[in-house]
Amino acid sequence: MVATDSPAAGGSLRYAFGGVLSFFILVLIGVLAFSIRLFSVIKYESVIHEFDPYFNYRVTQFLTKKGIYDFWNWFDDRTWYPLGRVIGGTVYPGLTLTAGTMWWLANSLNIPLSVETVCVFTAPVFSAFASWAAYLLTKEVKGPGAGLTAAALLAMVPSYISRSVAGSYDNEAVAIFALVNTFYLYVKTLNTGSLFYATLNAISYFYMVCSWGGYTFIINLIPMHVLLCIVTGRYSSRLYIAYAPLVVLGTLLAVLVPVVGFNAVMTSEHFASFLVFIILHVVALVHYIKGILSPRMFKVAVTLVLSVGIILCFAAVAILIAVVAASPTKGWSGRSLSLLDPTYASKYIPIIASVSEHQPPTWPSYFMDINVLAFLVPAGIIACFLPLSDASSFAVLYIVTSVYFSGVMVRLMLVLAPAACIMSGIALSEAFGALTGSIKFHLLASSDSQGNAGDATPVSVLPENGKAKTDKVEETTKERPSKKNRKKEKDVVEKASVSHRPENQRAEKKLWALPIEASVLGILLLVLLGAFYVIHCVWAAAEAYSAPSIVLTSRTHDGLHVFDDFREAYAWLSHNTEVDDKVASWWDYGYQTTAMANRTVIVDNNTWNNTHIATVGTAMSSPEKAAWEIFNSLDVKYVFVIFGGLVGYPSDDINKFLWMVRIGGGVFPHIKEPDYLRDGNYRIDSMATPTMLNSLMYKLSYYRFVETDGKGFDRVRQTEIGKKYFKLTHFEEVFTTHHWMVRIYKLKPPRNRIRGKAKKTKSKATTSSGSNTSPKTKKNPWQ
Amino acid sequence: MTRSDAQALIRSLRSAYAATPKNLKIIDLYLAFSVSSALIQVIYMAMVGSFPFNSFLSGVLSCVGTAVLAVCLRIQLNKENKEFKDLAPERAFADFVLCNLVLHLVIINFLG
Repeated sequence: MVATDSPAAGGSLRYAFGGVLSFFILVLIGVLAFSIRLFSVIKYESVIHEFDPYFNYRVTQFLTKKGIYDFWNWFDDRTWYPLGRVIGGTVYPGLTLTAGTMWWLANSLNIPLSVETVCVFTAPVFSAFASWAAYLLTKEVKGPGAGLTAAALLAMVPSYISRSVAGSYDNEAVAIFALVNTFYLYVKTLNTGSLFYATLNAISYFYMVCSWGGYTFIINLIPMHVLLCIVTGRYSSRLYIAYAPLVVLGTLLAVLVPVVGFNAVMTSEHFASFLVFIILHVVALVHYIKGILSPRMFKVAVTLVLSVGIILCFAAVAILIAVVAASPTKGWSGRSLSLLDPTYASKYIPIIASVSEHQPPTWPSYFMDINVLAFLVPAGIIACFLPLSDASSFAVLYIVTSVYFSGVMVRLMLVLAPAACIMSGIALSEAFGALTGSIKFHLLASSDSQGNAGDATPVSVLPENGKAKTDKVEETTKERPSKKNRKKEKDVVEKASVSHRPENQRAEKKLWALPIEASVLGILLLVLLGAFYVIHCVWAAAEAYSAPSIVLTSRTHDGLHVFDDFREAYAWLSHNTEVDDKVASWWDYGYQTTAMANRTVIVDNNTWNNTHIATVGTAMSSPEKAAWEIFNSLDVKYVFVIFGGLVGYPSDDINKFLWMVRIGGGVFPHIKEPDYLRDGNYRIDSMATPTMLNSLMYKLSYYRFVETDGKGFDRVRQTEIGKKYFKLTHFEEVFTTHHWMVRIYKLKPPRNRIRGKAKKTKSKATTSSGSNTSPKTKKNPWQ
Repeated sequence: MTRSDAQALIRSLRSAYAATPKNLKIIDLYLAFSVSSALIQVIYMAMVGSFPFNSFLSGVLSCVGTAVLAVCLRIQLNKENKEFKDLAPERAFADFVLCNLVLHLVIINFLG
């Protein structure tokens, strides 16, 4: 306010300089976010990772080949044989449409990128966008300095890297960007009250609904925040503009996406938003009436309305409760219930419980995934309360809810990552602000002892610490330079032991400056903390999270050994089988089989049909003949298993066998888990139960295994196998990969002639199949 | 809770409302039209069933949507609202039109 000409010009120049510097910092942050995710491309190759990305890749290939109308109407008959899958209606299209658009754009500019390249690099590109969105969001909450810090932290946080490396072509790659962007636009609308940003917010929410099932987090968090604002007395008309158009437009846009469809208005996950919509309108009406009536009349109105309204309210709520209680799960889907009640999945839905990503995280995984941020977050929460605004209360609510959900499932640590980065960015920025302010104050107090330092701009005193200079420039962009001068003047006044400034003696805020040694040491320690964080992030990205899991490596004394067995097996399948042959395996490998081997599979990672998976599980747990019959009824020609016993690969099918038994036993009661256990453990050595030794999984995994080393020593289970010499009667081995990791078997065709013992075997078959109560097993007419 | 109290309340409400400017009253009229239109559609659905559910949803939500947007416009144009005194009324109306465009684009797509 008291800016003379030269300080004002100096201030605006510094403001412009700060803006340009922020821009370059943001560009660098984008480059950092992109390049830290390229370790897997450098260490292995530009290949798509894991399982789910292969499905997305196949869908994107279809989209780029056939166009969007065929994509929407695609019925996939190469999977879940004989049921098929309606792809157009059951996939979240955001990711594939985004990558398809980028491919189309690049090709129309005559940049010949292949679909695979675009798919591999989608995630790093969108993580750069997500960092920029985090900058914008934190700028709305606290200021540009905090924004830059939060963006830098989000670019590197290991939890986000784990799901968005180059090659991890999964929904979360674009969904996290959409999440942060939607939150940014919501907070921006809340701060400015502009309907334009409300429209953008709804469109961004639509993009989020297209991309990920986690959009229910947004549509429950924002109503929670609105309710919080109303309850704490922070209702304002900007809140109405921020929330009401989002609900109507957002619901309509959500209904447009085929996967969500009418669930957007009929499931309990969305009811919170409608309830808060109604509450908001009531509050808005009350606010309006209060504005136009006199206080006495308002009291009369309140008593009248309350007496009538409460009766109506009770009636409406009673009806709603009756309708919701009529459905068995009270209208919630299984996935949401397993989030709210962490023990729900293990009791009722073994498939959800079996996925390793759905287990609760351990304490070390927090330090692995968000590292230093874990203890900067509480500091950030405190900083948000000084002062509390609508935006900072939203940030606090976001971190609290995401911490709860991350405690339920490991894969939701991903939702915690942006919240933790925002909070830590705020904490670090405030800490730097306090420390550098103290240094500045001390330098100012020592440089001019007497005279009118009110005119001299303290910001002209440049401290030696280069890092502090950056933050100081950022701080000046936070508030107007003149205001900063006044604040520093107040600092000087309160501690005025050396100089006299009678015109500024106001005892408003007592701002205490820390001693200069403590400030310098504090800044150095904070920089060191940041350095540790960066080192950890780079290590995590390089060593822990860049494995493509389709290619395995190990270091031996003579160099790097590569295990490419999976692709070897899929290539064999695609070259040596007929196009229409059906391949059966456990559901983990379904997506990869359809994408790389191009064969029809029985079950895949979508796991939408529990009974079909249980059928395959039962077949794997049954003896050879029963398994042959089950597979024959499904027209299966080839069966393959993953076996890690020769090389010590721990995620093989024998280790997953307990889930096959549990899921199969959940639907077909003749599979009983205790039959496979010896003393409560699954064993494959000489102490294994006969049911286990006769099961198809054991036989297919260990057929001829004893020929490798003479003893049949399983490197994963660390023991010799129980049954070493046996023949297969209904299957024949057609291919085993180089390291015995994938073993492919073919179903033997049924015998042509029924031999002389037909009558006896037939009666034996009838009695044995009578005791075998599996509903899927038909009496095989050929034996 | 006496009758004279209720009458005094209604009178004061009426007199206070009469003092609102004309442009806000026009918006209120539009609001009443939208809400009653939505109510009529709900009653019709209750009578004949909700078979093309997407049509019902898009019809009702379009009425509710324009009502909500009209309320937002009214908030932004109201002179007594201190938060929006820097906002030009043309800008508020332009935002209103833009949001309505997006809303009706979605509606027409969903109407079936």
